[in-house]
Amino acid sequence: MYGGGYIPAGVEETKAQAESPELLAQFEARITRGEKIEPRDWMPAVYRKQLIRMIEQHAHSEIIGALPEGTWITRAPGFRRKLALMAKVQDEVGHAQLLYSAAETLGKKREDMLNDLINGKSKYSNVFNYPAETWADVAVIGFLIDAAAIVNQVANSKGSYGPYCRALERICYEESFHLKQGHSVFVWLATGTPMQREMLQNALNRWWEPIMHFFGPSDTMSQHTETLMRWKVKMATNDVMRQQFLNIYVPKIWDLGLSLPDPELRKDESTGQWLFTEPNWDTFFKVINGDGPCSRERLAVRKVAEERGAWVRAALRRADARYATPLA
Amino acid sequence: MLPLWPKYLFMPILSLDPRVNRLQVEQVPEHQPPVLVPGDHWPSYQVFHQRRRGEKHSSVGIVHAPSLEMAMAMAKEQFGRRGETSNLWVVCTADVLEMDYADEEVFRTTPFKSYRDPAGYKVNEKIDAYKAKQTP
Repeated sequence: MYGGGYIPAGVEETKAQAESPELLAQFEARITRGEKIEPRDWMPAVYRKQLIRMIEQHAHSEIIGALPEGTWITRAPGFRRKLALMAKVQDEVGHAQLLYSAAETLGKKREDMLNDLINGKSKYSNVFNYPAETWADVAVIGFLIDAAAIVNQVANSKGSYGPYCRALERICYEESFHLKQGHSVFVWLATGTPMQREMLQNALNRWWEPIMHFFGPSDTMSQHTETLMRWKVKMATNDVMRQQFLNIYVPKIWDLGLSLPDPELRKDESTGQWLFTEPNWDTFFKVINGDGPCSRERLAVRKVAEERGAWVRAALRRADARYATPLA
Repeated sequence: MLPLWPKYLFMPILSLDPRVNRLQVEQVPEHQPPVLVPGDHWPSYQVFHQRRRGEKHSSVGIVHAPSLEMAMAMAKEQFGRRGETSNLWVVCTADVLEMDYADEEVFRTTPFKSYRDPAGYKVNEKIDAYKAKQTP
């Protein structure tokens, strides 16, 4: 689960030119032909840097994303719901594993990525800094956050970096189960007792702003964005993905007689675009910078996992272990 | 000596998750875990998966593990938890020799070596012509 809204502008194409104009031309020609870039291929340093940042943030989002949903495993209503939620949370952690490996092929060690997660240097998706207050939050996360993540990940799976695309193909396959089970919980509550409906409506109201934040602020169509899109690092602008999401999922929510806390939200039939009130982007940046309602808890739990698990990993470690960069 | 942090930071985090509460995590800002060094999370292993007997094993991804045996346990969990699985292989990444991608040029003409290909041998025209000549 991940929204790709955090790629800061900063790709200096001139730097890539300076490295080697000839290799850059070959690299770009390969991408234009629709071929994938593989780990040991030549690539511009900025391409490598942006991909590491993006895949690493995605991996962190998966591993931290397991926490809010994990909250409800112990109290899931019924055995099948509990099995499904455990399977989903396990998948998310598995996705983190796949993604850390994909990022590792670009030369950043897994331990360094985990250090940067714990010390707050690298980010993860904002949505996971919010609490899952009730079982209905699990429904909203499973249905809508995963749906938003799928929009993002399906786009990225057509990107140019081979290992990331391969990881995403598998991730998307598993995410489609997450979406289905989330939708099922969502529909059960929406068509249940008045109290269940109210619980769901409240959860929806709480989550709407984080969901609108999910794809990130409107991108300025800068030279940087354009370069990242030509190199197929970024596959669609934040706005395009947000529109895709609204177009598919808002009608499904309204269909069930639920409302969304934005009086301006509607589709402009003449342009086909959704109109909405801009969410508060100050909140977005505040949460990214570590001041979300659960930010401290999430990182504290992650730290404790590393700290209290260290002796187990050390006890199992072998003196003759040899490191090699993962192949794919 | 402890710095003068507000008292609430020394209280365990109150989470909605009962499991987190059982961890008794304190949120002291200066409390830094030991920094991980490369190798702490073990080497990587390449995993090959066979769906059904009779099919081939295919590369499916990697796991990190302290040994081959643990790599196999991780591989079962990571690559065998859905769909069918008949068999798995794990190989230490450091033991794999990878061809340089730059060498793929060497194989560029291979698809055009028709003399290595059954489709490169067409004789029906000759046979038909021969037969046509034979019939009175």
